[in-house]
Amino acid sequence: MAEIKPELALFDFEKPLQPLYHKAEKLMAEVPVNEKKLAAVGADIQKVTAKIYKGLNNWQLTQVARHVARPYSLDYIGKIFTDWQELHGDRNFRDDASTVCGVARFDGQSVVVVGQQKGRSTEENIRRNFGYPQPEAYRKALRFFKFAEKFNKPVVTLIDTPGAFPGLEGEERSQGEAIARNLREMAGLRVPIIAVIIGEGGSGGALGIGVANKVLMLEYSVYSVISPESCASILWRSSDEKIIAAKALKNDAKTALKFGIIDEIIPEGLGGAHRDPDGTAANIRKSLKRELAELCAKKPEELVDERIAKFAAMGVVTDL
Amino acid sequence: MDAPRSTWFEKPKYQNVKSLEENALPTGRWTKCPDCSEVFLKKQLEENLNVCVKCGHHFRIGAKERIRLLADEGTFREKFENIGAGDPLVFTDAKESYKDKIRNTVKKLKMNEGVITGTCRMGDFPAVLAVMEFSFLGGSMGSAIGEKIYQAMLLGIKNKCPVVTVAASGGARMHEGILSLMQMAKTCAGLERLGQNRVPYISILTDPTTGGVTASFASLGDVILAEPGALIGFAGPRVIEQTIRQKLPEGFQTAEFLRDHGFVDRVVPRAELKQAVVSLLQFFAS
Repeated sequence: MAEIKPELALFDFEKPLQPLYHKAEKLMAEVPVNEKKLAAVGADIQKVTAKIYKGLNNWQLTQVARHVARPYSLDYIGKIFTDWQELHGDRNFRDDASTVCGVARFDGQSVVVVGQQKGRSTEENIRRNFGYPQPEAYRKALRFFKFAEKFNKPVVTLIDTPGAFPGLEGEERSQGEAIARNLREMAGLRVPIIAVIIGEGGSGGALGIGVANKVLMLEYSVYSVISPESCASILWRSSDEKIIAAKALKNDAKTALKFGIIDEIIPEGLGGAHRDPDGTAANIRKSLKRELAELCAKKPEELVDERIAKFAAMGVVTDL
Repeated sequence: MDAPRSTWFEKPKYQNVKSLEENALPTGRWTKCPDCSEVFLKKQLEENLNVCVKCGHHFRIGAKERIRLLADEGTFREKFENIGAGDPLVFTDAKESYKDKIRNTVKKLKMNEGVITGTCRMGDFPAVLAVMEFSFLGGSMGSAIGEKIYQAMLLGIKNKCPVVTVAASGGARMHEGILSLMQMAKTCAGLERLGQNRVPYISILTDPTTGGVTASFASLGDVILAEPGALIGFAGPRVIEQTIRQKLPEGFQTAEFLRDHGFVDRVVPRAELKQAVVSLLQFFAS
C-alpha cells in the first residue's frame, strides 16, 4: 500500500521525504496519471520513511508522539469498539473533558473505556485543556473503574496526556490526592485492566489511569517521569537542552519494555500512526483481543495479586 | 517563606548575598529566622526543636533528628538500610553522572538513601516508621525509596502494627526516568495491601512535600498530619506561576491551605507531633 499523504506537515528529520512528496504530487496532477512512475515514487517514499523511523532519537520520538495528526483516544475508540456511549462527570464537581469515559462493546463483550483526549481545533483544545487532566478527570476515571468492578466488566484505558495540569484549581482540589487514590484503587480493582499508551505518557497524569494488569505501548509513543523540556530546564538550566534530556530520560517504548514497565510494544503503521490510523488501530485490536481473553479467565484475587506483584517488582536497586 | 528572606538580603545592594550572610553570622553560632528575621543562637533553636522561638516558623530537620523526636528513646531499629540506588539509565546531567552524585551524597550524609525505615515504639506502641531525608537529592523518590517504603508496608502487615511515614520530598527522581514514576504506583500498591489487612497508616507531611510523593503514599494516610507552614502540593509554586502568569495568593499550598481544603486532617506543631501520633496509635490499639 503506497500511502502518499503530502498534506501532513513534515518534521525536520522527515525533510528527505519532501522532494519525493513533490514528485508524487506532480505525477498525480498529470492526466493521465503515469501509474508506473507513481508506484515507483511510492516505493521510494516507503523506503525512506522506514529508514527515518527506524533511527528516531528520543526527542524525535517525543515529537511524533505529540503529532497533531496522531490518532487520539476517540479516534481509536471509533475504530476498535462498537456501541460506544460516552458518560460524563465525576458525580462530585464537574465533567473534565480532558478524559473521556464510557461503555462500549469489543467483539460483543461489554467493556468500560477510559481515555485521555486532546483536542484538534483551538476551541476543542481549550475545552479539553490540551489533554491536561484536572483532579476531576482522575475522579471521573475512578468512578468508572468502580462501576466496572461493580458490574464485573473489564477496563481498557488509553493514555495520551502531556501530564497533570499545574494550576491553581488543581491544587485546591488536590490533584495529588486524586492521582494517589487512583493508583491505590486501581491496584486493588477486582476486574481486568488493560492500559494502552497511544501517544504521550506524561508522568503522574498518565500513571493516574495506568496501573493495569497489562500495559501496552504503541511503537512511537513515549512514557516518562517528566517532559524533556522540564527535565532540561531543571538539570541543564535551559529548556533548549531538551534533545539531550530526552536522550538521558530514555522515554521510549523499548526502554520501558526492557525494565518491565510495559508488557508489549504494539507496532504502528509505516511512518507512525498518523500515516496509518486504521492499520495501527487493527494492531491495537489484535493485542486487546488476546489480553482480554487471557485476563477475563482469571479470578478477581488473581488479577489483584498479579497486578500488585507486577508493580512491586518495578525498580532497580543495589544491595549496599 | 521566600519573600521575607529576599527583602532582608536586598537592603545593601552593593553586597552579595554570600558575604552578607557571612557578616551576619560570623561564628556560625547564630541563625536567623527566614519568616520573622529574628536572630538567635543555634543552640537556642535546637533546644526549641528547630522551631523559631519568636514566630513559630518550623525549620526543616533531617531524618535522624525526626526519628529522635518521634520514636521512644533507644527503640528505633533500622531495617532495609542496605537498599541503595541503582543507575538503570546510566544517567548523566550537565554537571555529573548520577552514579557520582549518589556516591558523593551517600558519603556526605552518611546514609544510603533518602528515606530511613525501621521499627520503633512510640508512647510504647509498636510502629513501623519511614522518614524521608530532604537533603538527600531533594528527597527525590527513585527505585530505592520506593522499595523501602513498599517493604515498610509489608513489615506493617507482618508485624500487624501501624505504619507511620514522614514525607519530605521534591518529587520523583528524574535520574531514574520512568522507573521513578513507577515507584508512585508501587508504594500505593503497598498501601492497598496494607488497607486490605486493616493496618492503620498515618502520614505526616513536612516542608516540603511535593510532586510524586504528594501524588502517591503521602496523600493516602488514614490520618494525615502536617507541620505548620509546610509547603505541600503536586505542582511546584514556580511552575504554576509560570503557567498561569500570575502571582499565587498568600498561604497557597501550605499545610493550613490543605487542611482548609479538606486534604489534611490536622496541622500539628512539632512540639505536639509525637503526642498526636501516640494518641492515634492508642486509638487504633484499643
